[in-house]
Amino acid sequence: MKVDESCLYTDTHEWVRVEGDEATVGITDHAQEQLSDIVYVELPEVGDAFAKGDAFAVVESVKAASDCYMPIGGEIIEVNEELSEAPELVNEDPYGAGWFVRFRVSDASELADLMDAAAYEEFVAEEEAKGGH
Amino acid sequence: MSYIPHTEADRAAMLAEIGVETLDELFSDVPEAMRYPELRLPEPLSEMEILRELRKMSERNADLDRYACFLGAGAYNHFIPSTVSHVMGRAEFYTAYTPYQPEISQGTLQSIYEYQSMVCQLTGMEVANASHYDGATSLAEAALMAVNVFRGRRKKIVISPLVHLEYRQTLRTYIRGTELVVTGDEDLTNEISDLKTLLDENTACLILQNPNFLGQLEDVNGLADAVHNAGALLVVAVDPISLGLFKPPGEYGADIVVGEGQSLGNQLNFGGPYLGVFACQEEYVRKMPGRLVGATVDTEGRRGFVLTLTPREQHIRREKATSNICTNEALCALAAGAYLATMGKHGLRRVAELCYHKAHYAAQRIAEIPGFELVGGKPFFKEFVVRCPQKPAEINERLLEKGIIGGYDLGRDYPHLRNCMLLCVTEVNTKGEIDRLVEALQEVAS
Repeated sequence: MKVDESCLYTDTHEWVRVEGDEATVGITDHAQEQLSDIVYVELPEVGDAFAKGDAFAVVESVKAASDCYMPIGGEIIEVNEELSEAPELVNEDPYGAGWFVRFRVSDASELADLMDAAAYEEFVAEEEAKGGH
Repeated sequence: MSYIPHTEADRAAMLAEIGVETLDELFSDVPEAMRYPELRLPEPLSEMEILRELRKMSERNADLDRYACFLGAGAYNHFIPSTVSHVMGRAEFYTAYTPYQPEISQGTLQSIYEYQSMVCQLTGMEVANASHYDGATSLAEAALMAVNVFRGRRKKIVISPLVHLEYRQTLRTYIRGTELVVTGDEDLTNEISDLKTLLDENTACLILQNPNFLGQLEDVNGLADAVHNAGALLVVAVDPISLGLFKPPGEYGADIVVGEGQSLGNQLNFGGPYLGVFACQEEYVRKMPGRLVGATVDTEGRRGFVLTLTPREQHIRREKATSNICTNEALCALAAGAYLATMGKHGLRRVAELCYHKAHYAAQRIAEIPGFELVGGKPFFKEFVVRCPQKPAEINERLLEKGIIGGYDLGRDYPHLRNCMLLCVTEVNTKGEIDRLVEALQEVAS
């Protein structure tokens, strides 16, 4: 499993990368591995606003369809249009070309609840030890 | 072997739970005299005798073998080639219940795949589902689908008053308790041009029926552009038989096509089971309700069929489902598939042409009878509206005495069409039957 040091993580396996008052969000390498081949990503529209924890996207793989949750609240400013034609980008490059949406951060203090890369790795290891999934 | 699943202890526990001492107490609201009435049944009969008795009873029905039928209004009497019942009657198809496990169900899956493919060809759409319960359900599902395409942001559904009343009622039942609004049919005389003025940025879809409930062909020129310019979807309900002759909705910009598929190889069946045809453009396939069979290859590269796009919402995310229909009308769809395969492109065209010409012959003859008048002045397919000199109910009673099932009394649904009757003529109506109808109407009028 890969992690990206520049991101913060949720316990529902999304990552968020904050740059100034904007942020990018996607699902983690661990999440894409668990889902296996991703065939469709349903993204929100620019201008949609979400609170922390809201379902903002649906990712569908050959195994399952799952909601994705906002790591922190914000208003969508860009969605990754390429995913509609090439959802496999999420499998190939989850922290890069497989990003989901960019949004304007509404409250940076919500970041305090998220895990850094090391903490997320530990979280996944614990989850696996428990025999989840 | 007993098939009663409850033990005495189970029953005692259940009775205790609801606070009742004995089973009899559950029936205390039924008046005592009614509880165990004496049935006074006749003596048992032999099979031969009972068949004779049942046949005598069934002969009291006005059935289509002995009566000439000119009633349509959503349920149509078309010829069904014997290949249809032969295919349908095969036990592999007839007795199986949702056999969609691909390892053992290739035959059923292939039959649905072929049905879907023919519906696509017929409607000019890119994708068709495995079917819904009936035309009304398909139409209501199409409206919900349009709302879901816009993720619930557009809340207005514009519908023509010339969509079948029962379809409009079904749609209103579907949206009860939601924020959605159905409009356009408050004024039953609204035309397509009036509906266009209702389009706005809150409109999810515009729904029309073509040919409409009165059998007339709607003027759809420029309609799709107007709907799409408002950002909405165009939903068209069709009579599939009409598509043998007329331009399919896919060619005039429809996004979703629905329809009652009963006329494709299915009997009138006393009003059901019927067949909900449902097709759309591929762009919207992930919002399409119902199930979908796709073609694929197995591990050895052989062609095979599977349910596809089903994990989404039907099996996994059920709490997020936008439709609660997880089944289809497989046997009726099979009949439709067998019918279309038997008729072929040319056969279907011939059926539609016969309907068209016979209906126009009948309309012309009836319009010549003093007191009767053709209403509408629009091109029509196999149904047309006639204003009568008397109440349609009275006319129908007289016709029935002469072995003719008359038309649909439109005054019930459209007050401005009081004393009007919707007559339907299909390929099964002979010229002799039509002439008999004309004669009977002449008698009634004089």
